[in-house]
Amino acid sequence: MSTVCASCLNILVFLTLQQRDPMLKRDGFEDILEERRNSSDLKYALRCYAPVLYKGVTPCKANMLKNIVLQSDQLHYVVNQVSQESGEAPDIIQEEASVILEEMAHRLQISTVRFFAFALTKAFKTLFQHVCVNEEGIQRLQQAIQEHPVVLLPSHRSYMDFLLMSYILYTYDLALPVIAAGMDFMGMKFVGEMLRMSGAFFIRRSFGGDKLYWAVFSEYVKTMLRNGFAPIEFFLEGTRSRTCKSLTPKLGLLNIVIEPFFKGEVFDVNLVPVSISYERILEESLYARELLGVPKPKESTSGLLKARRILSEDYGSIHVYFGQPVSVRSLAQGKVNRSKYNLFPRHIPRKPMEETQSFVNDTAYRIVRLQEDNMVLKPWVLMASLLLQNLEGLELSVLTEQTLWLRGLALSYAAFLDWPDHAPTAKVVSSSLALHRGLACVSGGRVSLVVGEPLGPVTPEEALFNRAVSVLSCASYRNQVLHVFLRPAMLAVAMHTTASSKKNEVYNCFSFLWNMFSNDFILCPGDTVQDFEEACYLLVKTGAVQMPQQDIEMTDRAVLWTLEFPKVVNKFYSGKLSCRRILSEI
Amino acid sequence: MASNCPSSESQRTAQKRLRIIAAHLHKHEDGDSGITARECNADATGSTEENKGTVPRKRQEIMKWNGWGYSDSKFLFNKKGQAEFTGKRYRLSGMTLPSLQDWFENTFGASVKHKSPATPVLNASAVPPPRLNEAFVEDLKATGIPFSNEAEDRVFRAHGHCLHEIFALREGKKFERVPDMVVWPNCHNDVVKIVELACKHNVCLIPYGGGTSVTSALECPPEETRCIVSLDTSQMNRILWIDEKNLVAHVEAGIIGQDLERLLNESGYCTGHEPDSMEFSSLGGWVATRASGMKKNVYGNIEDLVIHIKAVTPRGVMEKSCQGPRMSTGPDIHHFILGSEGTLGVVTEVTMKIRPIPEYLKYGSVVFPNFEAGVACLREVAKQRCAPASIRLMDNKQFHFGHALKPQVSSIFTNFVEGLKTFYITKLKGFDPHQLVVATLLFEGDRERVLQHEKQVYDIAATFGGLAAGEDNGQRGYILTFVIAYLRDLGMDYYVVAESFETSVPWDRVLDLCQNVKERIIRECRERGVQFQPLTSCRVTQTYDSGACIYFYFAFNYRGLADPVHTYEQVEHAAREEILANGGSLSHHHGVGKLRKAWMKDSISNVGVGMLKSIKEYVDPKNIFGNQNLL
Repeated sequence: MSTVCASCLNILVFLTLQQRDPMLKRDGFEDILEERRNSSDLKYALRCYAPVLYKGVTPCKANMLKNIVLQSDQLHYVVNQVSQESGEAPDIIQEEASVILEEMAHRLQISTVRFFAFALTKAFKTLFQHVCVNEEGIQRLQQAIQEHPVVLLPSHRSYMDFLLMSYILYTYDLALPVIAAGMDFMGMKFVGEMLRMSGAFFIRRSFGGDKLYWAVFSEYVKTMLRNGFAPIEFFLEGTRSRTCKSLTPKLGLLNIVIEPFFKGEVFDVNLVPVSISYERILEESLYARELLGVPKPKESTSGLLKARRILSEDYGSIHVYFGQPVSVRSLAQGKVNRSKYNLFPRHIPRKPMEETQSFVNDTAYRIVRLQEDNMVLKPWVLMASLLLQNLEGLELSVLTEQTLWLRGLALSYAAFLDWPDHAPTAKVVSSSLALHRGLACVSGGRVSLVVGEPLGPVTPEEALFNRAVSVLSCASYRNQVLHVFLRPAMLAVAMHTTASSKKNEVYNCFSFLWNMFSNDFILCPGDTVQDFEEACYLLVKTGAVQMPQQDIEMTDRAVLWTLEFPKVVNKFYSGKLSCRRILSEI
Repeated sequence: MASNCPSSESQRTAQKRLRIIAAHLHKHEDGDSGITARECNADATGSTEENKGTVPRKRQEIMKWNGWGYSDSKFLFNKKGQAEFTGKRYRLSGMTLPSLQDWFENTFGASVKHKSPATPVLNASAVPPPRLNEAFVEDLKATGIPFSNEAEDRVFRAHGHCLHEIFALREGKKFERVPDMVVWPNCHNDVVKIVELACKHNVCLIPYGGGTSVTSALECPPEETRCIVSLDTSQMNRILWIDEKNLVAHVEAGIIGQDLERLLNESGYCTGHEPDSMEFSSLGGWVATRASGMKKNVYGNIEDLVIHIKAVTPRGVMEKSCQGPRMSTGPDIHHFILGSEGTLGVVTEVTMKIRPIPEYLKYGSVVFPNFEAGVACLREVAKQRCAPASIRLMDNKQFHFGHALKPQVSSIFTNFVEGLKTFYITKLKGFDPHQLVVATLLFEGDRERVLQHEKQVYDIAATFGGLAAGEDNGQRGYILTFVIAYLRDLGMDYYVVAESFETSVPWDRVLDLCQNVKERIIRECRERGVQFQPLTSCRVTQTYDSGACIYFYFAFNYRGLADPVHTYEQVEHAAREEILANGGSLSHHHGVGKLRKAWMKDSISNVGVGMLKSIKEYVDPKNIFGNQNLL
């Protein structure tokens, strides 16, 4: 660390920041609901749909796809292997494979898609004010789909995500994706099949040791990818994040879609991070309850029908940002030596090499960070952060003033903030409060969290539970902004903790925090130094810190708010400590 | 194309006996001491009389100094804008090719109006003066071996036929380093003397055979400060004896392919070794680069053909003591020389297998709906081990290229028949003209077996959707091979640079490799500012049990580029990386030279490189053979 010239690193960090986060280059948004509100939904659902595919391939019928998979060398190899190990005849194993595939495979049908296009339009128009999409991202995606197999990697905050994705692609006349979905959905009568017919394929949640399952699954995905029949979509985070904090990525599927590139079966694979931000999440209080131990309601059709009541509420707007396609080829340049795959038959399944594994892991983290970067943040997110610092409530005027201040700070840290143009701050704050009236209320000029339902007598337990729900819901909004402040905050904590101006001491502490939090936040493996430099750069930029030579010092200006950061980080820190305490007591 | 050798049986045997006797007599005269005697004669008279081979000492008298092949043969667009091939040597010679111009202009976005002519004559002032080693020259003079230090002779031997080499010649660029002198040994013993003198006076020797290298192997290392002597083997071009009992011939290594075949044919034999460059490349060059011939399916590659190698190294002469067809005597020392690319010594004499000229020869071709089907068919043919003498699969681009080379047809009838064929294939059989590919075939052997063999191959092809497309198409495919290098010169007259490169790869990776390499080339060209779509084309030229040899053509219009050669080199470098990443080898038969040295370590491991180095250190500690190839 100390061997590297600090100023050089600074420049480097500055450059990478610019690369990763070209604030000025972020695209503008278009509201796709606007047109829907002004024209016929039926006509929209029935319009001509003729997307361009990868290198002009003709779409492959679902049955043909299954045949290709079942007859592949890859599958044959595993079938024979399993047959030898289990003593069963290969025919039987092959039959098993066929059953697995039947259970898994999608049956994309344009009629079902049209049905969804119609129904979702109706639903979206009542639920949301706007559904905003960056059209330049769509154009890039269209280009990418024609040139290379594409993998869509959206963030996952709500059940809505994948319907929304297909809806948008249909709207823009792009190839509909096939989507990896958890088996839970298949349990839903009728709806499961509907999803299947709109492009979902279902995978079991866990199949660790099942070689045959893995072979069918990976060959199914790879066949679609290699031939470019359709973009493949899955959620890197594996499951919906209940806390709105990005989850550390799961690598299984990413490994599968990247492997064809390493084996030279495709020229390149394009990964497209998609950031879906909800102003209000449909599952908001459901998540908080789940976090408090109320079991997740099982996916069922009747449950879905019951949830209709959400249709009567206002969920604000959705922003969907299609990021720059990331070329696996360029990412792997100089990191993975593809010729290492030359000495092993390509159809024999093999554990990924260490080099590949760490590349895939690294890539996964980078993609999730790209998702974070392009998440649109609403003013409420900043307000929720402030409310959580003041659980007993605070004056509306103070909240307004501090929100404005936090906005400035967030912007200078390149947050993607959707702040209404030309609106006075007070108005912005009050309309945010109105939308989230279920979480915060204003009474007597003071803003505070809503504590449970105001009606009826409650037991102390219930009161506590209700309060916890509010706090957790609020926290899930605050969490949306964490990635913006995380690195400077860790640096601030490190500086407080070490109480030293020696840069390497501060770094050591930073590095300790970095490692400790590496499972809580998205910190790209091996990026400690870079993150440290980025944090320094940001704090220097905002005048909170000075860095003469090898030292690092806080400025007077810093005192006010670098103290705020540690509070945020400390919450996670003490959370960790108490978990450990509880665990040790058990 | 069928050819019979009519001669009554008794006549034949008689002739054979005569030849054998003659050969025996020859052997007594020329064998061992005999050779020395003959040479001494040559020395004594100081004779500079040249041998009867095709290649004179002054190569530039019959060959282009800045392009491919014979001076009298070249493509040009005549005043009517039609392409024609001059000269009388080839089947295409003197013909006009009406579709070539359209193909050329459409493929490259080039125009016959935009010429980029070459410098007409060598500018002697651009050639650095020779750095002669006087003592060496004195001693050499005493041996009577002819030599020269004229600029034209030296420049001719300073290059092979890489794009950058020919481009530089055409542009009249200043040469950094060329050989300081050229010597023409006449036989093995001359070479021994030259090598001895070189060691004695610390002179750098670079063996030169046919000069057809495409790996920068003949380029003089610019950092070489010693006198560089180009050792031109072209005058060592005799067949010393033919042994019909064992079907081997003992040949001087400077002989070029066409002379070897012609001379053997006179006795009713052939080697069957026909690399695409066989008109000009030499036996010694084949050995030094591990060459491969078109008909290797019947005759084998050079390593299969060679029975005995005599090589002169700074340590002395290396050879085996017998001609056993196979030996278990440790690692095969022939393989130290095969592929050594002139870094260890000079191959002077080779005993190689010969075969009677086949009775019957038949071309053929098969059209497939697409490249995938074609590759699948070739794979099956290889699996059943029934490959004809040659089987090659050209991709769609090359198929169109081949068509553009169709000479003018005089008869309306032929035109009509062609039209019908096209109609049948594209309309009735539904082949997409932008997808279909063609495999060219060459069968050899006795007539009956050829016909039988032919049927077997066509039957396999049919199962992959292949349709027999006639002998003519097949033959045209092979003609293309010989004129392609001439065509590059035509391209360079009109702002188009072109090159070919090859690899070998396991069967299961053939399709992916072809596709990825083409895509990489297109992408690299775009990124490097090439303003026109490049031509990328490939063909499968050889089949093996476990894989195939793939040959790529790559060309682009370089108008608007500041340094086309540099751009070209970057793209080729990227293409080679792509080949390696896709499981292809560094080279199937072109060799490594200096062009691909950088990848040797990755290709053969550090230990492998170390082994080769230790051989070099033992054999040539003073780096007399200092062309710096390979390692």
